[in-house]
Amino acid sequence: MNVQFRPSADAPVTAKTAIADCDIHPARRSMKDLYPYLAKRWHDHLETYGGHAYQGMMEGPPYPKAQPNASRRDAYPPEGGVQGSSLSFMQQQHLDPNNVALGVLNPLNTGQGLRNQELSAALATAINDWQIAEWTSKDSRLKGSVVVANEDGVASAAEIRKRAGDKNFVQVLLLSRNVEPLGQRRYWPIYEAAQDAGLPIGVHAFGFGGNPITASGWPSYYIEEMVGHSQCQQTALASIVLEGVLERFPKLKMIMIEAGFGWAPSLAWRLDRVWQKLRSEVPHVKRPPSEYIKDHIWWTTQPMEDPERRDHLFQTIDWIGWDKLLFATDYPHWDYDEPSRVLPAGVSDANRAAFYLGNARELYGIT
Amino acid sequence: MARHVVAPVDELPPGSRKFLTIDERPIAVFNVKGEFFGLLNRCPHQGAALCEGPLIGLAQSSEPGEIEYTKLGEIIRCPWHGWEFDIRTGQSYCDPKRFRVKAYAVNVEPGSSVVKGPYIAETLKVSVENDYVVVDL
Repeated sequence: MNVQFRPSADAPVTAKTAIADCDIHPARRSMKDLYPYLAKRWHDHLETYGGHAYQGMMEGPPYPKAQPNASRRDAYPPEGGVQGSSLSFMQQQHLDPNNVALGVLNPLNTGQGLRNQELSAALATAINDWQIAEWTSKDSRLKGSVVVANEDGVASAAEIRKRAGDKNFVQVLLLSRNVEPLGQRRYWPIYEAAQDAGLPIGVHAFGFGGNPITASGWPSYYIEEMVGHSQCQQTALASIVLEGVLERFPKLKMIMIEAGFGWAPSLAWRLDRVWQKLRSEVPHVKRPPSEYIKDHIWWTTQPMEDPERRDHLFQTIDWIGWDKLLFATDYPHWDYDEPSRVLPAGVSDANRAAFYLGNARELYGIT
Repeated sequence: MARHVVAPVDELPPGSRKFLTIDERPIAVFNVKGEFFGLLNRCPHQGAALCEGPLIGLAQSSEPGEIEYTKLGEIIRCPWHGWEFDIRTGQSYCDPKRFRVKAYAVNVEPGSSVVKGPYIAETLKVSVENDYVVVDL
């Protein structure tokens, strides 16, 4: 009767339907984890100079987080290290008990957003090699994202072309907050290379471009950053549409990651309405903006929209399309979504299957 | 309702907590400054092991610029999403009308009474000399 209780994978795993998790964050314990994949020159550089971010801080995020390392307090691996740094514990705590059949890795905070472009490119290559060596080669359920030196379009394109055809990777990873809005031409080599490689582009909330999270300056609170992710994502997506990226690269597929999706219809409605009046300013945008969004954009679910009335959720999804949503948990981050708790009753079996696994398999070409 | 003997009092000093499974339910028992509390170790939001979170205080504001910090060590904060619950009542502070975590009465009983029963203490040896932490479930 009086036994110690800890939730763990030692507990019997009930048979659950297989799912995809399209936003998993593997973490390095420290920069030294990447040394095997970095030239000696960069070991010494990092220890002498460190990184130099656009955001004006030496390291870390622009806002403090609500949980340690922005991660679940119960996700520290027993062998030590930060949350997300142990494959075996990720398997025990998340992949096995939740029956994750396809997990997409999105490494953050390595290589992106550094002013030293050479270092940025070297770190991006290193974290990509690290994903293969430490994760995807050890667990075939996991697939990597090609991390790029996002402010250097040429270096990014070279990294993407290097990884083209490598089945360890299923997408290119960008972040929403960059030095300039994401549709601008400095980023086009990334889109061109991704289209050529047949890789979709995942745009994850967050970023290190040095701009405030809001268009009206730096807010006071972390809660404002959490809410601001969806606003940043809207400006990134508007820029992509209005700069003509999806006209120029018509085979490109993009995924909006961790920024919500409830705002998609209102952004598209407004874009369409204004485009009718100002079309001549952007003649390269040949179709109503909503059509590009509906044709080219997929959306991960976490943090799941949770309106008071579930019919509002269903109406929003009807606009987006049940075929465009990709389930994600954000493991091991603190705002993790528990797979069994996100979708209310009243969804057809076919839509449920697409939402949890089918759409991801189709988009990422994983059978 | 059954009364379950959880531990001898001296095994649960102030600042400690103990995790148990009773009748297949995950339970946590806390000693906060000598007072004992019991909660279901499952967050009503998304099911996390709630009681693995930190015990904090309750920050409230009656008007802008005025902040009161009370109930020190009596608010459990979920290790996932940070939802806060009152360890005394199980009341949530983000949405008290919809969410509550089950709270259980925890008391200290002398060994002399525990020996007589009716208590359930399958894996504990009970002696009359000690006091015991008892949870009602």
